[in-house]
Amino acid sequence: MMHNHENAPHLHEQHFNTPVQDYAPEVKQLVLEYTLQLADTSFILGHRLSEWCGHGPVLEQDMALSNIALDLIGETRSLYQYAAELEGKGRTEDDMAYLRDTVEYKNPLLVEQPNGDFGDTIMRQFIFDSFHFFFLKELQNSTDHRLAAIAEKSLKESSYHIKWSSEWVIRLGDGTEESRKRIEKAIDNLWPFSGELFMMTATEKKLLEHGVIPDYSQIKNSWDAHVAKVFQEATLAVPQNVWMQSGGKEGRHTEHLGFVLTELQYLQRTYPGLEW
Amino acid sequence: MNTEERIWQYLEDVSDPEVPVLSVVDLGVVRDVQVQDEEVQVTITPTYSGCPAMNTIATDIRLKLLAEGFKSVRINMQLSPAWTTDWLSEEGKIKLEEYGIAPPVEDGGDIHALFGRDTTVRCPLCKSENTKLVSQFGSTACKALYQCNECLEPFDYFKCLK
Repeated sequence: MMHNHENAPHLHEQHFNTPVQDYAPEVKQLVLEYTLQLADTSFILGHRLSEWCGHGPVLEQDMALSNIALDLIGETRSLYQYAAELEGKGRTEDDMAYLRDTVEYKNPLLVEQPNGDFGDTIMRQFIFDSFHFFFLKELQNSTDHRLAAIAEKSLKESSYHIKWSSEWVIRLGDGTEESRKRIEKAIDNLWPFSGELFMMTATEKKLLEHGVIPDYSQIKNSWDAHVAKVFQEATLAVPQNVWMQSGGKEGRHTEHLGFVLTELQYLQRTYPGLEW
Repeated sequence: MNTEERIWQYLEDVSDPEVPVLSVVDLGVVRDVQVQDEEVQVTITPTYSGCPAMNTIATDIRLKLLAEGFKSVRINMQLSPAWTTDWLSEEGKIKLEEYGIAPPVEDGGDIHALFGRDTTVRCPLCKSENTKLVSQFGSTACKALYQCNECLEPFDYFKCLK
């Protein structure tokens, strides 16, 4: 087969060997929306963690934060690539990340919250990891083959993340007076964003019926048990009866997301189509 | 030797860009090689989702096979079953230790179990088993950072992924 320069593949070009399933158009649209929501979630959190690069409290933790950021961005790429294939309009993973606006982003509010101090970052990560880990375990059984494969891959990485953030919650909670004060403040700041992870949107409810996604109420049970265990060891109290914020999964965001996107989309917005 | 077997041999010459002592075959990322008509299809799987080496590995495989005279090379990416350190070849594990990176340890521990016991990792230099974990996250996604309590040398551990 001859290639001329224009249609020769990029040297690193790769094709996923799990083709898009034969979905009815309306189901396909739901899977697309949901895949974007998952991608947005890992992407925004991965970006937030990457803001720590070079600023970590000690070198080992700087590297841990960057490693976790990298795992999340890796998961994001698989998801955006899948979304681009599902959509089938020639958009790429980069278009999904760099050319969609705030209202199109469907990540839960938790992951766009600012890094704050190390306590805030640890608590945001702990709340997320404790969800993500049990969620991926269930998503492996999805009737969508690609989502199941991505979950299987990311779960292995997530098991390192949840260990790391859980150990830090214990260390900060059962540490010095100062570390305890900080982590308690972080719990107050971030707990109102934990509930949205388990609230099912209309899209999610329909996908649950199709067997594409797991029932979040079961994941909530695993989350509650894990949080209780870690908090007990950390001598921290699990907040009760907290008013839960929501809206991110439906595109209604806190003021922070706009600033995140402004920074990370700057180059593609200013120099459209720019490549390394 | 048929064409597929020859290709597997060529791939022994393609090294992991981050751990150059290992070939992509040692690393276990090459899952399948097929030749149909004029097209070679190589199926690879990522070690870690965000591993920046994967694009380089795909490029290097394509360049190697083009250099060996194949005209068309397609690289397939397979996510499931997900890569595990069990796929690292025995020869690869020996090469790793000689290179100064402790190979993954089979300790029967379940990485899905939270707060399991720490793994006993042997120092690749003095071979002491009196070592300590410094950080689960090391210089690349696939490595953890350890230090030997005997010879005090810090070293990378190619962490177990199952």
